[in-house]
Amino acid sequence: MLLPLLLCSLLFVGFFNKSDHLANIPGMMAWLQFAGAILAVMGSLLLPMLIVFIGYSVHSIEHKADTWKSLFSLPIPKWSVYSAKYAYAFFLVFLCLALFVLFTLGFGNLLSILKPTLKFNEYHIEGLLSKIYLKLFLSSLGILSIQFLLSLLFRDFLKPMGIGFVLTIAGVILANVEWKYAYLFPYSHPMLTVRSIIQHSKMGNSGDGMPNIDIDLFTKDILVSLSVAVAVFVLGYFIVLKKSVK
Amino acid sequence: MVISTEGLSFNFSNQQVVKSLSLQVPEGSIYGFLGPNGAGKTTTIKLLLNLLKTDQGSIHIFDKELQSNRIDILSQIGSLIEQPAIYLHLSGKENLMNRALLLEVSEERVDDMLKLVHLSDAAHKKAGKYSLGMKQRLGIALALLSDPKLLILDEPTNGLDPNGIIEVRELLIRLVTQHKKTVFISSHLLAEVERMATHVGIIDRGELLFQGSIKDLEAISQPQISVELDNTVDAANFLKKHGFTVTEVSDTHLCIPFTSKTQMGEINTLLNKNGYMIYSIHKIHKDLEKLFLDITQKA
Repeated sequence: MLLPLLLCSLLFVGFFNKSDHLANIPGMMAWLQFAGAILAVMGSLLLPMLIVFIGYSVHSIEHKADTWKSLFSLPIPKWSVYSAKYAYAFFLVFLCLALFVLFTLGFGNLLSILKPTLKFNEYHIEGLLSKIYLKLFLSSLGILSIQFLLSLLFRDFLKPMGIGFVLTIAGVILANVEWKYAYLFPYSHPMLTVRSIIQHSKMGNSGDGMPNIDIDLFTKDILVSLSVAVAVFVLGYFIVLKKSVK
Repeated sequence: MVISTEGLSFNFSNQQVVKSLSLQVPEGSIYGFLGPNGAGKTTTIKLLLNLLKTDQGSIHIFDKELQSNRIDILSQIGSLIEQPAIYLHLSGKENLMNRALLLEVSEERVDDMLKLVHLSDAAHKKAGKYSLGMKQRLGIALALLSDPKLLILDEPTNGLDPNGIIEVRELLIRLVTQHKKTVFISSHLLAEVERMATHVGIIDRGELLFQGSIKDLEAISQPQISVELDNTVDAANFLKKHGFTVTEVSDTHLCIPFTSKTQMGEINTLLNKNGYMIYSIHKIHKDLEKLFLDITQKA
């Protein structure tokens, strides 16, 4: 959970030092640049890797302590164990993204107090930013289900991590070459989301030089992401049912 | 019967680990499940807990089919499999509290369990810093937490010192005699099982070689008289002339099957009178290995 704090503070320091250059940028653009710096990395690497870690961490505690066998020999339905684990991973991803929103806003406002020359106070990005992150969150659920299942099946960290990493790179490449079926590939979804925001902000100029950003939450890649999430989640449950606990 | 299996078989890929096992564990018994390492004991226990999927055969616990009554049956079982599964970053008490939360058991019960396994003083120490014996005791506490009717323990005295072993043994005997529990305990030590079990099952390479009460086992596990003396070969020949069977002759001692105390005395006087100096003479029980040989040869 330190990750969002760390990144936003880095960004804060960067902006603080460069504040002279940024002083004449209008408020909205300043915010966009500020938040965009994280968002750009977010879509490509940060979010998928974050999910790989979260997916791993909710299972590693049982793998390490060798407690799967005792967990599954308790009078608790396997369904409860499985879905509780998933709910927790789901919550962690949500929390992490929520923290990103909070810290971005917090540090932005702090900057505008410390450096009044920056025009952060001219524009309120809260609604837009939350919407962007919500879309990112939805776009990442497909990956979450896959990584969750991989970490459940493999004891060690390297396999889910390696697979997740390779697929993430593939996803970023597919999204960037604008392959027309990239929206079917879960690991491309965060990148597609980020790209769509950037394109929106480039294209839609509403006359006064301000980009007109309108986020469409349920695009087809988000729908694919959600359906993959549900499908893999259900599939995972059946694997858990059949799987022997060693 | 608390546990009854029929034709239970299990394969790991193409290797058959458990072969058509038919266990019968009566209520109120301490059932010693004996076998050397790798005989299939842990696999059998995992099958009994529905951790592994049964390939063939059936398992009935409390006269209910296991697969279709999983939750119902598991709620009456406490188990300890191999090394106890505990969260090393939590303290002993936190481990128990965590489990208590899942099983909806009160904190009082947790404190009672800590007292029972003598871990009250170490309750707030990280489980990672526990000694092997303490971890094992914590594992037993976890198994007992829900006050189950049936306890399934896989080598629970592994890593315990003699005091700990005696404590566990007494605890189990107390549970069975005073609280009417049934205990299924696996071990590779015959001596340990002999001291507390009422029923015994012996498994080797996945096959059940013997099953019955401890008295039946004693009948098979014939005790021997071990005589330590100097001239073992001559003495053996001499005893054979007088109608004794000598089963084993080594440089230092010889073995004769034990039939009665009088027979032991007869051998003693006979040898003494004929100029053989006896250093020691005592009754020994066959160890598990020899017992296995005996049982396998008979089968």
